[in-house]
Amino acid sequence: EDNGSQQNRASRRKNYQRKNRDGKKAREEGGQKKDRGKTAPTKDQKESENKEKKTTKRGKEGEKKDRKNSTSSASSNSSDEESLSEEELAMLKEQVEQKKKLISTMRNKPWRMVKKLSVLREAQDFVEKFEGALGKGKGKKLYAYKMMMAKKWVKFKRDFENFKTQCIPWEMKIKEVESHFGSSVASYFIFLRWMYGVNLVLFGLIFGLVIIPEVLMGMPYGSLPRKTVPRAEQATAMDFSVLWDFEGYIKYSALFYGYYNNQRTIGWLKYRLPMAYFMVGISVFGYSLMVVIRSMARNANESTADGDDNNFIFSWKMFTSWDYLIGNPETADNKFASITTSFKESIVDEQESNKDENIHLRRFLRVLANVLIICCLCGSGYLIYFVVKRSQTFSKMQNVGWYERNEVEIVMSLLGMFCPPLFETIAALENYHPRIGLKWQLGRIFALFLGNLYTFLLALMDDVNEKLAEEDVVRNITHWTLLGHHNSSAGNDSTATPPPLDPADVPRGPCWETTVGIEFVRLTVSDILVTFITILVGDFIRACFVRFVNYCWCWDLEAGFPSYAEFDISGNVLGLVFNQGMIWMGSFYAPGLVGINVLRLLTSMYFQCWAVMSSNVPHARVFKASKSNNFYMGLLLLILFLSLLPVAYTIMSLPPSFDCGPFSGKKRMYDVIQETIELDFPLFVAKIFSYVANPGLIIPAILLMVLTIYYLNAVSKAYQRANAELKKKMQMQREEEKNKRNNKGSTNPMLQDLEDLLTPSTKTESPPKQAEDKKIESPNGTSPVRKPGRGEFQAGSPMAGGRGAAFTPPSQVFVTQPRTLGIRAPYPGQPRPWGHPLGPLPGRGRGQAYY
Amino acid sequence: VYRLHGRYHEMAPNVVPMDYTKDPDVKLPMQLIINMPELKENPFKERIVESFSEDGEGSLSFNDFVDMFSVLSEMAPRELKAIYAFKIYDFNTDNFICKADLEKTLNKLTREELTAEEITLVCEKVIEEADMDGDGKLGFADFENMISKAPDFLRYYVKK
Repeated sequence: EDNGSQQNRASRRKNYQRKNRDGKKAREEGGQKKDRGKTAPTKDQKESENKEKKTTKRGKEGEKKDRKNSTSSASSNSSDEESLSEEELAMLKEQVEQKKKLISTMRNKPWRMVKKLSVLREAQDFVEKFEGALGKGKGKKLYAYKMMMAKKWVKFKRDFENFKTQCIPWEMKIKEVESHFGSSVASYFIFLRWMYGVNLVLFGLIFGLVIIPEVLMGMPYGSLPRKTVPRAEQATAMDFSVLWDFEGYIKYSALFYGYYNNQRTIGWLKYRLPMAYFMVGISVFGYSLMVVIRSMARNANESTADGDDNNFIFSWKMFTSWDYLIGNPETADNKFASITTSFKESIVDEQESNKDENIHLRRFLRVLANVLIICCLCGSGYLIYFVVKRSQTFSKMQNVGWYERNEVEIVMSLLGMFCPPLFETIAALENYHPRIGLKWQLGRIFALFLGNLYTFLLALMDDVNEKLAEEDVVRNITHWTLLGHHNSSAGNDSTATPPPLDPADVPRGPCWETTVGIEFVRLTVSDILVTFITILVGDFIRACFVRFVNYCWCWDLEAGFPSYAEFDISGNVLGLVFNQGMIWMGSFYAPGLVGINVLRLLTSMYFQCWAVMSSNVPHARVFKASKSNNFYMGLLLLILFLSLLPVAYTIMSLPPSFDCGPFSGKKRMYDVIQETIELDFPLFVAKIFSYVANPGLIIPAILLMVLTIYYLNAVSKAYQRANAELKKKMQMQREEEKNKRNNKGSTNPMLQDLEDLLTPSTKTESPPKQAEDKKIESPNGTSPVRKPGRGEFQAGSPMAGGRGAAFTPPSQVFVTQPRTLGIRAPYPGQPRPWGHPLGPLPGRGRGQAYY
Repeated sequence: VYRLHGRYHEMAPNVVPMDYTKDPDVKLPMQLIINMPELKENPFKERIVESFSEDGEGSLSFNDFVDMFSVLSEMAPRELKAIYAFKIYDFNTDNFICKADLEKTLNKLTREELTAEEITLVCEKVIEEADMDGDGKLGFADFENMISKAPDFLRYYVKK
C-alpha cells in the first residue's frame, strides 16, 4: 500500500501534466511524447483493479523529476497525517481510492475537455492531500525497470509482427487486384502464391539433396557412358532444335534421371546417392500431401468459426469498412473501389437468395446442359485417343514433319483452349448462382483434363514397354561389344590392362526413365508457352484491338462482341492445378522439372498481375469467393493422388534400366532400401524391419486406422450438430430480443393463431424444449395462466444459472413454449437439456402433457 | 502531447500561441483541420471534426483537437469509440441514425458509385439487421449492440 501510494503520487503528477496539456506544454515536461501519454491509459484500463501495478507503471514512466517531486511531497505530507485517527484513515483511504479510480477512467468518459479537466483537478487535489500517510518508496525502481522492459518487449513484438506482414511477397499487388476485381479473382492469386511457396520448398529439397551432390561429388561429364552424348549424336548435340526437344546435351545432364550414377556412395562424405534419390522422390509426395491437408484443415477451421456474423453483414460493411489509417490518395482510391465491389457482392448474394422461379423449367434446362456437356467430353476423349494412335504409327514412319511429331501436344492444347468457353456458354442454360456455377465449370474442365492426362499416360506406357523390350536386346549387344573389345586388346598384350573404351562409343540402352522425364518436361514447357500466348493474345491483343480499332468499326466493340475479356478464374485455376500434377508425376524422372516450374510460377505471377490490371474488366456479376479455399485444395489433393499412382506403379513393378540412373543393375527400384538396411545399419534394425513388414502386422494396423477414421468422423458430426443447435438458439434469442423491444407481444403468426385458438384457462402444456426459454428477460404482453410445476422445474435447470438471467415468471415461459414449439417442429431429433424422452413434436396448435 | 501541440501550431502559426498557461481561447477553423494528412483521405473528415467541436460548427480548440486524437488513438476503449462513431455517422445530429444518414454514409463510402436502387436496398437491409426497437432508425443502443459484435471495428477505427 505504501509503495503504491508513493508511485501513485508520481503518477498523479504525470497524469496531472498529461491532462493539463495547455498548462504544462511550455515547461520541460512538455518533452513527453504523445505515445507515452497513450500507453499509460491502456494499462490503466487493464489493471484498474490492480491498483498498485497500475500506479507503479505510471510511476515508472514518469521523469526523474516526477520521482523527486513525489519523494519530496511524500516527506512533507507524512508529517501531516499522524494526527488522523484510524476510522478517519480508513474512510479517507476509501475516498482516495474512489478518486484514483475516477482519474484512471477519466479518459473513457465522453465529456468535453473542459469538464474533464475541472473534475480531474479536483480529484487530484483531493488525492494528493490525503494520501501522504500511505507512502513507502522502496523497491519501486526495480519494479519500474521490469515494467519498462515488459513494455519494450511488447513494442518489439508488435514491430516484428508488422515487419513480418510487410515481408509477405506480393501482398500489395494482390490487394490492388482485389480492390479492383473482387475477392474471387484475388483468391486465384493467393492460391498462386501459395503454390509458389510449396514449389520452392520442393525445389530446395531436390536441388540440395540430389542435384548438388551429384554435380559436386559425382563423376563429371564424359567419364561414364551414361553421362556422355553417344558418338552418333555428337554432331548435332548443340543444335538449338535438338536442345529444344530436350535431346543432346540437355538429355545427358543432371536434369534427367539417366545422368545419375548407381555408385552406392559418392565423394568423401560417403553420400548415399541412390538412397537419397529414392527418399527425396518419396518425400516430395509426402511433403505435398502434408501441406495440402494442413491447408485444408486450416481453412475448415476458419469457416466454422463463422458464428453469428451473418446477421449484420450490411451494417458492418457500412460502418466498419473504412480504414481510418489511409493517408495515401491511391490507397484511398483502391479502398473506395473495394468497398463498392464489396457492397455489390453482398447485393448479389442478397438478390440470389430472394429469387424464386419455375422449378421444373430449371431442372429440365440443367439436365439438358449436362447431357450436352457429357457428349462434349466423350467426343474429346475419343479425339485424343485417335490422335495418340496416329502418333504411334507416325513414330514408325521415317519422314515425319514437325506437325506430325507434335500433333498430340497441339491437339491437347487446342482442346484445353476451346472447350472451357464452350462449357461456359452451355452452362448459361443452368442459371446457377455464380459461385456454384464456377464450381460446376471447374468440375467439368477437370474431367476434360483428366481424360487428356490419362490418355497421355497410356501412350507413354506403351512407349515404355517398347523400350523395355528393346533393352534386352541392347544389353546383350553391349555385353558382347565390351567383351569383344577386351579380347581384341588382350590379344595384343595379355598382361597389360586393356585401354578403356571411350564412353561415347559404348552402345547404349534406351533409357526409358529419361524418356519419360523428357516427355513430361516437354509437356510442361509447351503448356507454359500455350498459357502465356493465350493470355497475350486472348487478353492483351484483344484489349488493344478493341480499344484502338473501336474508332473505325461499324459496331461498338467495347459493348458488343469481342469487348474486353473477363478474368477466367476457373481456367486459370485448373491450369495451375494440372500443371502441378504433371510436375509431381515427372519430378521423379526429371529432377530439374521442379526448378523449371518455380521459374514459371514466378514469371506467371508478375505477368498475370500485369495482364489483369491492364486488359481485363471486372466481372459483370461480382461475387464473393467462398470463404474457404477448400474447393481448390480438394482438387489439388485429388490430382496429387492421381499423380502418385503412376509413379508408384512404375517404381514397384518396372525394372530399372541396366545402364542409366541411380538404380541401374537392381531388379526393382525399391531394392535400394533393402540394400541400405542390410549394409549400413546394424543387424537388429534389419530384423525389426522384417518384422514390421510382416502382413500379419500391417493388416491390423490398417484396420485400426480405418476404425479411428470412423470414430473421428462420428465425433465431428456430433460437434457439427451441437454447433448448429447453438446457432439456432442464438437466432431465437435475437428474435426474442427484437420482439421484446417491439413490445408487440409476438410477431410469430403461429403463436397468434395459437392464442386465438386457446382460451386462457385451458391452455395445455407443451414440453419444455429449449434452454432459451429461460433466457427471456422481460414479460411479453400477454399473460396466460401459469403452470406452477414447470416454472419451478425450469428454475432448477442448469441452463438458467449459466445464462445468468433472472428467474423468469412461468407465465412468460409458457407463452414462449408454443412459439418455440411451432418453430422447432422441423427438428425433432435434437437433444433436450433435461433428458426428457424425445418424442415427435406435436402438431401446430396442440400441446401435449410431456413433462 | 508536445508533438500534438506542434502539429496544431503549424497549421496556423500566427494564431496559435506557444504558451498556454493563460488559457487562451483559440479555435482553428474546419478547413485547416481537414487538410491534415491523416484526415485528408477520409470520407468522413467533416463529420469527425464536427463531432469533436464544442460549438458544433467545426472549429476546434486545442482541447477538442487533443480529444479527437485521443479517441482515435489505439488506446481508447471500445465504448468510447463507439460513442464517437455514432456521433460521426449521425449526419443530422438528432441522436438517431435515420435512413437519410445511412444514405449519406453509403454515398461517401462508395463515392456515389452505386445506383439509387442499390443504395435503397443496402439502407433497408441495414435497418432491418440492426434496428432492435423497430422505430425505423438506429438509436445508440442498436448501434452499440451491432458494433460490439463486429470483428473489424477496432482494426479500422484506430489511428496510430
